[in-house]
Amino acid sequence: MAEKTYIEAIRDGIREEMRRDERVMIIGEDVGAKGGVFGVTERLQQEFGEWRVLDSPLAESLIVGVAIGAAMNGMRPIAEIQFQDFILPAVDQIIGEAAKMRYRSNGDWGVPMVVRSPFGGGVHGALYHSQSIEAIFAHIPGLRVVVPSTPYDAKGMIIAALRDPDPVLYFEHKRCYRAIKGDVPDGEYTVPLDRARTVREGSDIAVFSYGMMVHTSLEAVDRLAADGFSCEVTDLRSLRPFDREAIVASARKCGKVLIVQEANLAVSVASEVAAIIAEECFADLDAPVMRLGGPEIPAMPFSPPLEQFYLVTPNKVEAKLRELAAY
Amino acid sequence: MPLTVTMPQLGESVTEGTIARWLKQPGDAIAKYESIAEVITDKVNAEIPAPADGVMSELIAPEGAVVPVGQPICSIETADSASAAAEPSAAAASSVPAQAAPPAPATPQTMSPTQAVQPAQTHSASEAGTAQLGPAPSEPLAAEVVGAVAETQTDTQPETQPQPPSPAPTGSSAEPSGGNGAAGYHLTPAVRMLVREHGVDLREISGSGLGGRVTKKDVLEYVQQRDAGPVARPSSAPAPATPSVVSTAQAAQPAPSPTSVQPQQSPVPFTAGEGDTIVPLTPVRKAIAEHMVRSRQTSPHAYVMVEVDMSAVSTIRDRERAAFEQRHGVKLTFLPFVARAVIEALQRHPTLNASWSDAGVVVKRNINLGIAVALEDNLIVPVVRDADRLSIAGLATTMADLGARARSNHLKLDEIQGGTFTLNNTGALGAVMTQAIINQPQAAIMTMDLVVKRPVVVSDAIAIRPVMNLGLSFDHRINDGLQATRFVTAVQKLLEGMDPSGTLV
Repeated sequence: MAEKTYIEAIRDGIREEMRRDERVMIIGEDVGAKGGVFGVTERLQQEFGEWRVLDSPLAESLIVGVAIGAAMNGMRPIAEIQFQDFILPAVDQIIGEAAKMRYRSNGDWGVPMVVRSPFGGGVHGALYHSQSIEAIFAHIPGLRVVVPSTPYDAKGMIIAALRDPDPVLYFEHKRCYRAIKGDVPDGEYTVPLDRARTVREGSDIAVFSYGMMVHTSLEAVDRLAADGFSCEVTDLRSLRPFDREAIVASARKCGKVLIVQEANLAVSVASEVAAIIAEECFADLDAPVMRLGGPEIPAMPFSPPLEQFYLVTPNKVEAKLRELAAY
Repeated sequence: MPLTVTMPQLGESVTEGTIARWLKQPGDAIAKYESIAEVITDKVNAEIPAPADGVMSELIAPEGAVVPVGQPICSIETADSASAAAEPSAAAASSVPAQAAPPAPATPQTMSPTQAVQPAQTHSASEAGTAQLGPAPSEPLAAEVVGAVAETQTDTQPETQPQPPSPAPTGSSAEPSGGNGAAGYHLTPAVRMLVREHGVDLREISGSGLGGRVTKKDVLEYVQQRDAGPVARPSSAPAPATPSVVSTAQAAQPAPSPTSVQPQQSPVPFTAGEGDTIVPLTPVRKAIAEHMVRSRQTSPHAYVMVEVDMSAVSTIRDRERAAFEQRHGVKLTFLPFVARAVIEALQRHPTLNASWSDAGVVVKRNINLGIAVALEDNLIVPVVRDADRLSIAGLATTMADLGARARSNHLKLDEIQGGTFTLNNTGALGAVMTQAIINQPQAAIMTMDLVVKRPVVVSDAIAIRPVMNLGLSFDHRINDGLQATRFVTAVQKLLEGMDPSGTLV
């Protein structure tokens, strides 16, 4: 077992699966010769050739459309969308076609495709390289939406996604790429695509989060731990379907709940988690369910102080936790 | 139901307020937003506006009483409550407590069997534990519970009630209000469940939550203690919360004692000697005394003082003062110059613009400069918010405005809170050396004494220069002499180094 970065873990998972399964291929902008803008697919074209690691034109509808066709013809494609911000031209392919294929063909056809895309801000990416729009897809039946937050999960979940018979959207928080390191086993293993994970056990406040915000939340939780408050942190990992069982168990145990996400709150992942808790845990709540997320403005600004204003930081999580603790 | 008015949060670190004067008496008609009481916190008088139209029903807290934030101070009979009281059955059927429920026993309410088996009784188990407990005005915790839970139940026959929490009909559906404001104290679903499950008497638990709310953790800890061994019964006198039920976060703050309504008492009994007179303590005097004692007990004060050559400042001021006064109608004193220098020095020495906490020194982002204003019978520190955005001229006019309104008692609440550093113009009264007491929870307070012409040595010659003593009292927990002296000398250098040909912008 070696310590690896999040980005290395994703690459390892893809490379190993490509070695094991020759149906696995990659299509996307700059994924070949350049190895991807962030370097996720570095050196894969050298190893597997340009027919398995395909550089595409700048047309997201094409990238996903080709991947859907390839998947339905027996391949296991990965469609890489360079930034989640640019996924919108491919929404018809993802929502209109891939998500509905199994249902409308009465189970005869599936789309075993993985759409990989980095999201999130805090890297001075400005308006078009910082968004978190995963909630759009979490709304759609027929899709799986997953967000790993650790290198271990990143590798195990990309392999599991490639083996899933239906479309999986695999979103990577770009701030995790090189900032988050962890032990990653060599060789083959999978992590279930529909299970949340308890990152930290606790009893006073249940914190739910995903992606980079798991780490942000942990930092705040540690500060409260110094004052004797014990928070339970759950990494949702799957945004569709939600692991209701894990969410309900932790909310019931603690009675106070904070949901942390980077995206703005209206009609979001946090909204759904709050709704699940409201439906299932009413009698166990000891405080209003609280949410923390970005402000309701159109995009993350470029100006560094304004970017900081937009972002959910450990200080903001801490303040919210203390508010809940004092309730 | 009558609307219960609670002590508002009058400042970020304020935990209680003193009722200085009731402006309305029971029976007086009240218009919404009309002032009903004068309240004093650390150093300020504030007026509490009425939350609704109605008639003053009862003054729960007498004048002079110190009331923790969130605790009831009075109740107002509103039009709604009057009609509700007129139809007890309707009120009982609703989930709102029907009776006025002053801390004295309320109007008896008889329960018909049909009422007693209404579906709402599923909730009554949690109240069963409290139902038999009559509200006692001298027991504030009970009053809280009564206010929220047991309002109409005090009159059901306690002896007929099952003691432990079998879900027996207990009478009206006196549900806690859903946290919709006035009472501010409610039971969450989790607490209700636990109370029912463990047969807990809520009166025995000191709430550690917001506004004294009993939290799930409070109940669990209580049950654990109770089940572990005999629990000391609370005496009828209000006792401070036991440490075990005070959460750590709150313990870090001055925990509001559950003593909700208790006039402040002098700790040492005192009898006047022959010929002595006793000046009665005004609420303001008490508030100042309390703050000063607390500050001294909280912060280990240390002091540093420097002399400042005010020649450059004097030159600018002398040149600009006539035009400034004409233009702004405000006198140009030394104060805005010193304030400007203090602000710049704070930017370079942020640990002086800070507060102590057990989690660490809280360095404030904003510079909100408090300016101490001495009144005949009061001390007020109005705050110039975001003072670092103002020029010398802007500081002068802002401070003049705040000072004038401080004297006429027209400051708004947010103009006297949130200060991060205090400047005291002690020179205005003629002092040449001062050691001030820190305005909690700030890190330091600066005094600027009288500017006096004095012989000073300049380049081995004796010259006459306007000199001012600049003193700093600082919290030695946060800063050492090194930082404090650097800060004070930074102010000194900024003042001495001002460009005599400079402007006020």
